[in-house]
Amino acid sequence: MIYSIFLYTALAVFAIGMVYRVSGWFQYKIGPASEGIPTSRRISAAARGITATLFSGKIRTLLGVFFTDVLWQRWLLKEDFLRWLAHMCMYGGFVLLLLMHGLDKLVTAVLFDNYYPTLNPFVFLRDFFGLVVIAGLALAVFRRYFLKAPRPKSTGVDAYAIVILAVIMISGVLLEGTKIVSHSRYQEMVEEYSGLGEDETADLKALEAYWVDKFGVVSPSVKGPFDKKTLEAGKALHNMSCESCHSRPQWGFMGYTVAKVVKPVALPLDRANVPVLFWYLHFMACFVGLAYLPFSKFFHIFATPVYLMVDAVMKESESDPANLATLEAMQLDACTHCGQCTIRCSVAVAFYEIANPNILPSEKLAAFRTILSGRGLSKRPLTAIQEGSHICTDCGRCTDVCPIGINLEGLWFNLNRRLAEVGYPKPEAWARKAMAAEYDPAKMQEKPLSLTPADRGFAGGLTGSAQANTFSVCFGCQTCTNVCPVVGMYENPKEILGLLPHEIMHALALKQKALALGSTMLWDCVTCYMCQEHCPQGVRVTDVIYELKNQALKHLKQRAA
Amino acid sequence: MKFALFLGCNIPIRLKQYETSSRAVLEALGVNLFDIADFNCCGYPLRNVDLKAFVLSAARNLALAEKQNLDLLVLCQCGYGTFRMAAHLMKEDAGLREEVNGILAKEGLRYGGDLQIKHLFTVLSKDIGVETIRGKITSPYRGLRIATHYGCHALRPSNIVQFDDPFAPSLFDRLVEVTGAESVDWPARLDCCGAPLLETNDELSFDLTQKKLDDAKKAGAHYMATGCSFCQIQFDAIQKRIASERGTNNQLPAILYPQLLGLCMGIDKGVLGLEKHQIDITGIVSYLVAPQPVESA
Repeated sequence: MIYSIFLYTALAVFAIGMVYRVSGWFQYKIGPASEGIPTSRRISAAARGITATLFSGKIRTLLGVFFTDVLWQRWLLKEDFLRWLAHMCMYGGFVLLLLMHGLDKLVTAVLFDNYYPTLNPFVFLRDFFGLVVIAGLALAVFRRYFLKAPRPKSTGVDAYAIVILAVIMISGVLLEGTKIVSHSRYQEMVEEYSGLGEDETADLKALEAYWVDKFGVVSPSVKGPFDKKTLEAGKALHNMSCESCHSRPQWGFMGYTVAKVVKPVALPLDRANVPVLFWYLHFMACFVGLAYLPFSKFFHIFATPVYLMVDAVMKESESDPANLATLEAMQLDACTHCGQCTIRCSVAVAFYEIANPNILPSEKLAAFRTILSGRGLSKRPLTAIQEGSHICTDCGRCTDVCPIGINLEGLWFNLNRRLAEVGYPKPEAWARKAMAAEYDPAKMQEKPLSLTPADRGFAGGLTGSAQANTFSVCFGCQTCTNVCPVVGMYENPKEILGLLPHEIMHALALKQKALALGSTMLWDCVTCYMCQEHCPQGVRVTDVIYELKNQALKHLKQRAA
Repeated sequence: MKFALFLGCNIPIRLKQYETSSRAVLEALGVNLFDIADFNCCGYPLRNVDLKAFVLSAARNLALAEKQNLDLLVLCQCGYGTFRMAAHLMKEDAGLREEVNGILAKEGLRYGGDLQIKHLFTVLSKDIGVETIRGKITSPYRGLRIATHYGCHALRPSNIVQFDDPFAPSLFDRLVEVTGAESVDWPARLDCCGAPLLETNDELSFDLTQKKLDDAKKAGAHYMATGCSFCQIQFDAIQKRIASERGTNNQLPAILYPQLLGLCMGIDKGVLGLEKHQIDITGIVSYLVAPQPVESA
């Protein structure tokens, strides 16, 4: 009863979750071409596209992709053998376990007339497949958490995937082990199948002796060693009633090992109903995994194959723009969070200094999905995504190494476009306006400037590097301003640029940080080092400007937080 | 002669011809190049954001080259300037170097400060020498007028980058003249190309680019020559964009120096990637004394 309630609840949650996740594919608008195509149009285009594909020669392409990419996963094999092996073990082992054991009533029992879960080869295969999954899990944990993995790319979603799989596997093995030794389980079976009455004590004893001796049952009353005659009598009874659906438990080698280990405490375990406990744990873990699948990393089990196959039969030049928009949106869910992009990311190294996970492509993708899902993001996460997204140098390596061929570069381009639309463009361009508005020199000119700096923190000067402090030797000759190619572009440069280079140096000498930071000149500086090269006093004018930009961006980041 | 070749982020994806032409020319001049796939961003774009992230990014690349016991050959001038600056900052500030090395240690790396950082032009003019190059030229140019764009970050700050005389540089002009082309004198040759302001202030960026192009054109140049990925993209793809956005039609095509040199060394046009530019430069072969001796295979 409880089992059914949980099963149907899990199935319902799973189904709703799947519909919810898949509906995103028809809603998210990523590229400019997707604007203006309503969801209904995308769904109908998809239905037409699928029908047309299934009845065309493209079905061969689909089958090819299904075998080479989905089943054999050659893209992963090419990228990283160890990773492929771990993944094959987990996914291959699990799928086989699911078909043979989890769905046995629907699959195995239909295929094999004499199927019993307690008969060979099923006993052996169940443990073997389980071992394969556990080996894959061990490899995955080793790879992720012990092997050289310098960049933090494993997150909660990865840990959840590993933990839930491990719980399912281990609870299964423990369940099998404690069931082997369980005397009460043995009793139930005898009552149901042996046909022996309560008064046939000698036969009952003989059968029990045989099972204690050969099948690992731990009995409170019947204990070895047994004489040959009893065992022979037991064997005869066994052959009559049990053999047709019971292979030796040794074949379930993992469960049998557990049985051996728990043998000394088998009776108390049995009395405490521990096998039932493990049974609950096992099926609950399976149901939790099932119900949560659409919302977890495991959604890729569905999304990635679908993406791979759809992508294989679509062409940018030929396909319906509505379907291209859908394909683009599917990329976000096709990501398996494998982290290959982050491992090869050209700017991932910056993460050590700027602890913003949005620098890393694997995390930035998740952030993009959050933005698209329409969950209103506040200023702080948006500022973080803006920073991370613009540290990217568009080198395209992530796209090159993505094992499933997601066009990550294209996604980043559209992410930046979208960020700009909602007021979060390239930080430098943003800071140019935001800082000028906050520290408007025109307004400040009306106020008398205090020569004792209001900002004590800045009084010590520029702290980022030794050379930035050189502003203090400026004697105001204006050479820097005179050689500046940007200043030279304007009739009235002060109007556009705010403080000019020599004025910035002067403001710093007067410890007027606000004046310096509000100058648009900082952001229009081309960093050509003309000023610094020409300075007769050795003031590192450009380096000072760089430092001020660092401080301004840091200030804006703090303001958003 | 062997170097670790640093390509950076732009060249492999947006300026492949800079890589192929440089490899071909350097190979013909007997230079061995070693590739390190694990190189990351040089750090240049990070300087606006965070000085330490900038130094760290550069230092990781330097440490990777040091691990191979090789000096670094950089094609991009912004990358060259970045590595020089980062190395200088770490030399000046032992605390900073230790902090950076503390982070690099997580990846089993360490920057010791022993390697040399060289730009392509430094290797060509100093390590190989103009006379050696002259000996390899099979068909020089005649009547070709080139405007040399020096590139800010290779040239300045001179005490740190140590590339050439910052006020009257001649290294690039000598490299151009060895090909038989004339290096024209033009007032804006040491100015910025405008690339650093892209996306921050496009109008100003375009104005600066346009000013340089006009100036070079006025000096009678047929082509602009560059040695930096940012500058080349600015004078090629961005020049084209400026022309279409502003409706100007007074183009000055830009050629990468190894392409200019490679052609008169008889290197295949396809290898040099002459046809890969947004603004056509293939007409330059007409200035060769003997028309391209080696045709595309």
